[in-house]
Amino acid sequence: MRLSKQATLLVLAALIVVAPIFFPSGYYFRVGSLLFVNSLAVVGVVILTGYAGQISLGHAGFAAIGAYACALAPVHLHVHPSIAAIIGAVLSAVVAYLVGRPILRLKGYYLAVASLGFGILVSMVLANEIAITGGPDGIKVPELGLRAVLADWGLELTNAQFWYAFSGLVLLVGSWLALNLYNSPTGRALRGLHESEIAARTVGVDVAQAKLVAFMISAVYASVSGSLLALQNRLITPDIAGYMHSIEIVTMAVLGGVGSVLGAIFGASILTLLPQLLTVFQEYEQVMLGLVMMLAMIFMPRGLLPSIVGLVRGRGE
Amino acid sequence: MPELMQFLLSGATVGAVYALVALGFTIVYNASNVVNFAQGEFVMLGGMITVFAFQAGLPLPLAVLIAILAAAVIGVGFNKLTIEVARGAPVVSLIIITVGASIFIQGVAQVVFDKQLHRFPSFSGDDPIRILGATILPQSLWVIVGAIVVFIGLWAFFTRTLVGRAVLATSNNRIAAQLVGINTTFIMAFSFGLSAAIGALAGVLITPITLTSYQVGISLALKGFAAAMLGGMGNPMGALVGGILLGLLESLTAGYISSQYKDAVAFIVILTVLFAFPQGLFGRSSMERV
Repeated sequence: MRLSKQATLLVLAALIVVAPIFFPSGYYFRVGSLLFVNSLAVVGVVILTGYAGQISLGHAGFAAIGAYACALAPVHLHVHPSIAAIIGAVLSAVVAYLVGRPILRLKGYYLAVASLGFGILVSMVLANEIAITGGPDGIKVPELGLRAVLADWGLELTNAQFWYAFSGLVLLVGSWLALNLYNSPTGRALRGLHESEIAARTVGVDVAQAKLVAFMISAVYASVSGSLLALQNRLITPDIAGYMHSIEIVTMAVLGGVGSVLGAIFGASILTLLPQLLTVFQEYEQVMLGLVMMLAMIFMPRGLLPSIVGLVRGRGE
Repeated sequence: MPELMQFLLSGATVGAVYALVALGFTIVYNASNVVNFAQGEFVMLGGMITVFAFQAGLPLPLAVLIAILAAAVIGVGFNKLTIEVARGAPVVSLIIITVGASIFIQGVAQVVFDKQLHRFPSFSGDDPIRILGATILPQSLWVIVGAIVVFIGLWAFFTRTLVGRAVLATSNNRIAAQLVGINTTFIMAFSFGLSAAIGALAGVLITPITLTSYQVGISLALKGFAAAMLGGMGNPMGALVGGILLGLLESLTAGYISSQYKDAVAFIVILTVLFAFPQGLFGRSSMERV
């Protein structure tokens, strides 16, 4: 059932390269890059929830740290936006360490609520500290400048095409890293504690440490996805830290199948494309999101992709 | 001094609401070991259904009764359709299911009702009562007395009645309870209904003061959980004390430090409790069976 690492990356790369052939208009490059940005955060959730079995309802907070780093660091620290994204990722890891240390020693519910509170706290700070963050109206983000460099080299891309390619590339790298982690000692430790914390501890896994590592890695994924979003939108508002954004990230992951990178990206695709296809979705977005979360968890706890694959192979669920 | 008194009074009022939400968490947690993240939505439903029933011309007491009953039915239905079906699912799945329910109920409320802020008249008028130089709204007394009455009622119910003792027995040991003939499926449904009704009552009591809208549930759930944790998860007395304490902390923060960040208090309480005394004020340490 599980595709090998190379096969997963090949499928992903092929989809990213081939999809534009079927794009009816340039607008779909924009939808595609949004999909890749979401997928990147979702791959982070695969590491935290799929590998380690922990949950976070506050990952939008880390996306916001990455996004606002890209807006603020170039202005206040006079660094290039790409360096700003790295600063955001490091900051996210540090914050994840500080927040995760006290809460990861405990069980799922506490982590869920504490991370939920963390996300709310971040959006509160972003909305209230108007002098620095621009408040609810948001703040401008500087241009990355890479597209101009590519144009100098003779590779002319529209803005949407550039971000499609660039986000796709980052997603590939992110997926590659996540897949490598799966069979690494850390990955094995995470999957071990997912099955049974006590058993993992018995064989010498530092459970608290392993959870913390998973939390920090997934925070960095969310942060980079936030940075990418900020850099391509050129404007960022506190909404990115919102509760609903956190929930969307988790739902995408569990819908497709949080156990595998490909499944999670599949889930991200569905929830990113549905609102584009169905305009009625707008009013019923929350109803649909809530239904998807409940139904997926009750009837397909392993997610859509594994269930579909199971059906195709005739094993049923 | 009147200033401090004022903060204490308003803190006790919101604290009483947090205590009721925390009690709802506690009842469900004890019966099923599930932390129901949709708990805040019952508070929202209590307020919203009362508002719309009242606007439709029903007398206020009847509207209140309908709201509480409706919330209880929704609570029982939610348990039947989701928690019972997903019985034995891992904690992460249960979290996603109850969060999903919370988002779903919000979404439906936003379509069925609307996105505006609403209120209905206070039960005993809006003339403030003076106490030691501070003032308190009659509705605040309703909230505080309501919380105390619910608490005493629950205490009597759990210690004096057969059904109440069956709930306690189920929370202590589900299988042993089944062996002595307790219908634990019924107990679980009952607990969800009861906790939803208590949540709805909290929503009804507080709406004339703080107003309500489709999205008030989430922050109430977060604060109710913080209160339950502060007092010690699963302990009704802890829920009450934790709720009042959190309300006071919030109100003092708003008064003396920053009103913008008063909502951060619950989060800081959660982190502090987890860090310093994970069992809460009244909790017992628990062990996991292998």
